[in-house]
Amino acid sequence: MPWYVEALRAVVGTIVIFSAVAVVAAMFGVLLERKVSGWIQSRIGPTHVGPRGLLQTLADTIKLLQKEHVVPGNADPAIFASAVVIVPLAALLDYVVVPFGTTRWGPLVFRDLNIGVLYFAATSSLIVVGILMAGWGSNNKYALLGGLRSAAQMVSYEIPIGLVLITVALLAGSLSTVTIVTVQSHLWFIASQPVSFLIFLAAATAEVNRAPFDLVEAESELVAGYFSEYTGMRFALFQLGEYGEMFAMAALAVTLFLGGWHGPVLPSVVWFLIKLYALIFVFMWVRWTFPRFRIDQLLNFSWKFLIPLALLNLVVTAFFVMVVRR
Amino acid sequence: MLLDWAYVAIFAIVGAGMVSLPFAIIALLSPRSSYPHKRETYESGMQPIGQAWAQFNVRYYLFSLVFVVFEVEVIYLYPWAVVARSLGPSAFYSIVIFLVILTLGLVYAWRKGALEWA
Repeated sequence: MPWYVEALRAVVGTIVIFSAVAVVAAMFGVLLERKVSGWIQSRIGPTHVGPRGLLQTLADTIKLLQKEHVVPGNADPAIFASAVVIVPLAALLDYVVVPFGTTRWGPLVFRDLNIGVLYFAATSSLIVVGILMAGWGSNNKYALLGGLRSAAQMVSYEIPIGLVLITVALLAGSLSTVTIVTVQSHLWFIASQPVSFLIFLAAATAEVNRAPFDLVEAESELVAGYFSEYTGMRFALFQLGEYGEMFAMAALAVTLFLGGWHGPVLPSVVWFLIKLYALIFVFMWVRWTFPRFRIDQLLNFSWKFLIPLALLNLVVTAFFVMVVRR
Repeated sequence: MLLDWAYVAIFAIVGAGMVSLPFAIIALLSPRSSYPHKRETYESGMQPIGQAWAQFNVRYYLFSLVFVVFEVEVIYLYPWAVVARSLGPSAFYSIVIFLVILTLGLVYAWRKGALEWA
């Protein structure tokens, strides 16, 4: 292909993915969160805007677009402003390697990198840089505490995720996400790796800063955590980053353990979305069911339970793959 | 291979543009007014006491030291995981030795109290 066709494909793909994530993940995700939390707490949730409240987030976005954005006098303006771009961008970079489905012409993925899983691990932890910048740049005590907690959380939960990714790569014999999904056409990895799946879910919940690991923005102690000082559309962009990251993590879990796009009868993309939303529902269910951990409990849980367990799981899997099944 | 990363670069650049797009709309729509109280840092409605940029105790720095060790370990394991199948038992035993040494490190940090939030 000539270079300008490739470039055009890349640009169009980027625009499609960004718009899809903004609408499907952020806008619909926020609405779903409110509906699910309402349902779990025996409330109705938003009902007024649009049929059954479906357009609520759209209305909120339009409202936020008209709001003034206030920069505190004490803040560091450059860091304060650039953090807003980095957080959603870091979350959306994950989607480069997520295979959404398959077509006659090949898998539906932005780019099938040969080190896809490693790439995902790298970009998904990039979000903490933006969070720290927001916390530091605001020059607000709550924001700073939120940013520091986020860093502590990230250094603890990055390792179990890495070990789980290696375990799956070991089974699939590849780091490419498309290959990992193809290998699962007969048996999903959740069947052979239930422990890995649970470790991944717990660590992913911590990594995207959601309850019960939401110390980064614990409302009852830190106001809104690292984005306390952000108003209007900047606030909305942080929300986009958070929900984008959550959907990316769920999409990776679907890819690694739930067979990605595989499924009978229905088109592959539909199967992918069904599995994705099932996992998203689990995330929300957990959030509205469990109380928040304390920070020392949170770190203990990772270092003294998840990491040894993930190491053990890796060794046992390696034993079966390399010694027994040969 | 290079083409792959060209795609990633385009994704990042176009993406940064798309994320910045709302700011253009804000510049057109949002109202602007400023007075000293509005630009104050939020601190539960009180006058903020001092700055947040003060000395503070980064409690998790021991965790981050252990993290560096383990993250490097994980990086070493990625290439091993890809070729593991074709290597066979001997590679398994050598990687177990590698992991045991690291686990000893974790146990050492644990016993020394590096993994306590205090």
